[in-house]
Amino acid sequence: MNHIYDMIIIGGGPAGYTAALYATRAGLDTLVLERMSAGGQMALTDIIDNYPGFDEGIDGFTLGMKMQQGAERFGAKTEYGEVLAVDFTDTIKKIETTSGTYVSKTVVISTGANPRELGIDKEAELVGRGVHYCAHCDGRFYKDKTVMVVGGGNSAAADALYLSRIAKKVYLVHRRDTLRATKIYHEPLRNAQNVEFLWNSTVSEFLVDNKIIGAKINTNGTKTDVLCDGIFISIGRRPATEFLGGAVQLDQNGYIVADETTKTNVSGVFAVGDVRTKALRQVVTAAADGAVAAHFAEEYLMDEGL
Amino acid sequence: MSVFKVTKENFGEVKSSEKRVLLDFYADWCGPCRMVSPLVEKIAEEHDEYLICKINVDEQPELAAAFAVSSIPTLVVMENGKIINQASGARPLPQILAMLEG
Repeated sequence: MNHIYDMIIIGGGPAGYTAALYATRAGLDTLVLERMSAGGQMALTDIIDNYPGFDEGIDGFTLGMKMQQGAERFGAKTEYGEVLAVDFTDTIKKIETTSGTYVSKTVVISTGANPRELGIDKEAELVGRGVHYCAHCDGRFYKDKTVMVVGGGNSAAADALYLSRIAKKVYLVHRRDTLRATKIYHEPLRNAQNVEFLWNSTVSEFLVDNKIIGAKINTNGTKTDVLCDGIFISIGRRPATEFLGGAVQLDQNGYIVADETTKTNVSGVFAVGDVRTKALRQVVTAAADGAVAAHFAEEYLMDEGL
Repeated sequence: MSVFKVTKENFGEVKSSEKRVLLDFYADWCGPCRMVSPLVEKIAEEHDEYLICKINVDEQPELAAAFAVSSIPTLVVMENGKIINQASGARPLPQILAMLEG
């Protein structure tokens, strides 16, 4: 029989490792299952200025490592593997991964979210050949070139601003006639001489000659070919919940339904961080979820006599 | 073995390698690259049958351009000096091994 943990946490981002920190400090036998490396989406962030306690900011990768080490100091363990399937029907819950099967009395789901794709033909095969989802990672390859940013939220605005300092020209393609991004971005973007807004527009097709050479832009029904060297897609996130196979209740967008207690519709299963239905998805709110989940998991174990 | 740090000066050793080669194009400031680096190092330690290499794109822009790298990390598998597999983006260890074996 496999070792039965008190808590298994799926996903080693800020929510997951905070749950691990609180659970181990409460004496729970805790395992974190991580697909790749600690930090989650946070690790892809260049600099984080809005997680308190770091007066000069901190890069997301380092913060992720610190959170992992902080939890491991109190005995949390980490195993690397991808979760293939879960079975939450019994009191002892099963998790199948690429590195074996694990069992636990409680489960905390902290799998976060991934960039949302445009859903256009050839998109996947063009990743690395002009289609990008991370401006901070790949922007520097476009020095003095022309790029396109698709989206109108905070991350699209931040990407456009960042790229405007590197690229010769930045097109910002947005389906509405005004940015959804917070005010702080509006003025700097308008002042950037090399940013051109394409309002009421969507990408209907990639123009490809082995790599991206542009996009067909649909503006209120009128189609125009816009040439560029790279396209940065920043149209929001998709929660990583497909592996659950309906084991817990999701909302229509795929987020796990759970309120501020982080309790899902399955007893002993909690959802924390970006994967949960919530108003504000930030590192600090993800970390807070982790603490709350550990608290209610401990209460559940006591109440059930597990 | 440890990871072989490739420059344009020693790239000849990569091209003439009798072992299958993995190239990890990375930069120090890139989060997903830092996620992949320890995985690549682990493969280097555990798989002597491959030559595991890393190439810093800031220090070696000519090599990055030669492989048309526009996104990092980019992983390239080579055999007898020819590219047999190339993929961009961070991925878990089993997937990197599958690229090497494929």
